[in-house]
Amino acid sequence: MSLLDLKNVSLSFAGSRVLDNVDFSVPAGKIVSLIGPNGAGKTSLFNCITGFYKPQQGSISLAGTETVKLKPHQVTRLGIARTFQNVRLFREMSVLENVMSGQHGRTSAGVVDAILRLPRQRREEAAIRGVAEECLTFVGITEGWGREATTLPYGWQRRVEIARALATKPRLLLLDEPAAGLTSGEKEELIDLIRRIRTERDVCVLLIEHDTGLVMRLSERISVLDHGVMIAEGTPKEIQSNPKVIEAYLGVEEDSLDL
Amino acid sequence: MTIFDIFTNQLLNGIVLGSFYALVALGYTMVFGVVKLLNFAHGELYMVGGFAGFLVLSFLAPFIGAGWFGVAVSMVFAMIAIGFLGVVIERVAYAPMLSAPRLSILITALAVSLVLQNGMLALTKGQYVPFGSALGFGGINLGKLFISYNQMILVSVAALLMLALEMFVSRTQYGRAMRAVAVDKDMSRLMGINVNAVIAVTFFLGSALAAAAGTMAGAFYGSLWYFMGFLIGLKAFTAAVIGGIGSIPGAMLGGLILGLLESFATQLDLRGMGIPFKVGSEWKDVFSFSVLILILVFKPTGLLGKSEQERM
Repeated sequence: MSLLDLKNVSLSFAGSRVLDNVDFSVPAGKIVSLIGPNGAGKTSLFNCITGFYKPQQGSISLAGTETVKLKPHQVTRLGIARTFQNVRLFREMSVLENVMSGQHGRTSAGVVDAILRLPRQRREEAAIRGVAEECLTFVGITEGWGREATTLPYGWQRRVEIARALATKPRLLLLDEPAAGLTSGEKEELIDLIRRIRTERDVCVLLIEHDTGLVMRLSERISVLDHGVMIAEGTPKEIQSNPKVIEAYLGVEEDSLDL
Repeated sequence: MTIFDIFTNQLLNGIVLGSFYALVALGYTMVFGVVKLLNFAHGELYMVGGFAGFLVLSFLAPFIGAGWFGVAVSMVFAMIAIGFLGVVIERVAYAPMLSAPRLSILITALAVSLVLQNGMLALTKGQYVPFGSALGFGGINLGKLFISYNQMILVSVAALLMLALEMFVSRTQYGRAMRAVAVDKDMSRLMGINVNAVIAVTFFLGSALAAAAGTMAGAFYGSLWYFMGFLIGLKAFTAAVIGGIGSIPGAMLGGLILGLLESFATQLDLRGMGIPFKVGSEWKDVFSFSVLILILVFKPTGLLGKSEQERM
């Protein structure tokens, strides 16, 4: 049973084909990696899944619910969250406020409640704060909650971003190059964190990552995208020995002879 | 009158004037923060708000009187009506232009301003309309300083509205969503925030505050005019720039500073120093807009604004 299902997804920009008949799925309860050379269309695929790009053809569904026609905020409310390659925390907001903003789609108090600060709104505000604190603690940030988020060290900002994504209560978490710019110690912590997200919070994780070592250690399934085409899918072992993958990464043999 | 009496008197006038500026400046700055639009029609919402408040008061006065209570109730109705007008303007005129070049939407705002202004011109035939309220002239004397109850109520209501807005923006989930949308719309969508709904709420609140100012100004000064929004729109823009456009506390501060500046500047009298020059109240606009130019040249981010940092 797969949580996320893409069937025949094609996306073009001004005539150039970015994704070409992509079939792809994330099995429930798995950590899946999406790899491929630069410009293969990985981030475009993420943007299709989160509802920012609308593929011209094909279907995308989360646990059976079709998402292509939904607006991005509706996709988020359905249970898909993502982080970015370059950290995008809200400026001029504290760490805690950043994570609290992740729960917007989960609140029921309306604008009128908020303006009048009715008891319901106060209770909900307290609940939101509680969830935010729990998410921050989960990613290992137990202090500095009142600091402006963008003043934190880079590695911490990444973890705040993951906490904020978790606060949306996702069923599927998309991580776009989560290890970029991290030290090797921080990478170990990241691997541990991603595993805990899956086992303790029951959230599927789909990551784009260029650090091959990390991908091989962490992933249970790997999909390889090259020039918008899904060229391989399998376990880390299968992918490592797949000739098509080696060709995509290293070029064909004639090219390597020129070296 | 001693210098001290003049000082306290002008301080009071400045605070009253500054309250109006601040209320209108808030709408400017909120809309700019969220959709990066200089809403040049905002002053007209103050004007239409004044007329709306007066219209409601005319209906309600036989039942609840035309004193401060009547004015306050009318003000609330005007705020709701103009709040919705603001949302309609955003949906009809601005929303289709949001992805167009900045200049297009700016011109649209000017067009909306002209439509509202000339619409009211047609309705009122360009005449001043007396705002028929019965506010009374009572007050208290503090030494030589006379503070009217009207001034006190007006400043308190303005302060209360601003406090409520500040609480809304800093302490509620909707306020957080507004700040999030101002910083990064796409990221906000990924947080499950309905960006269009947040923009609508922003226009509603900004327009409602302008209507509150318009109704109070009508009641306080006693008349309404189709052109009364033009100058205060520009002044509110100046106030927002002084405080740092996009910053809510900045708009409050900028409004107050501008109000005080105008009321003190008009008292500048250099004749005692042998220079034959006295600044009268006809100079106050010159002062305001000189300050606008100086701020734009030397500190374009304003007193409380932060410079926008684009990151890769």
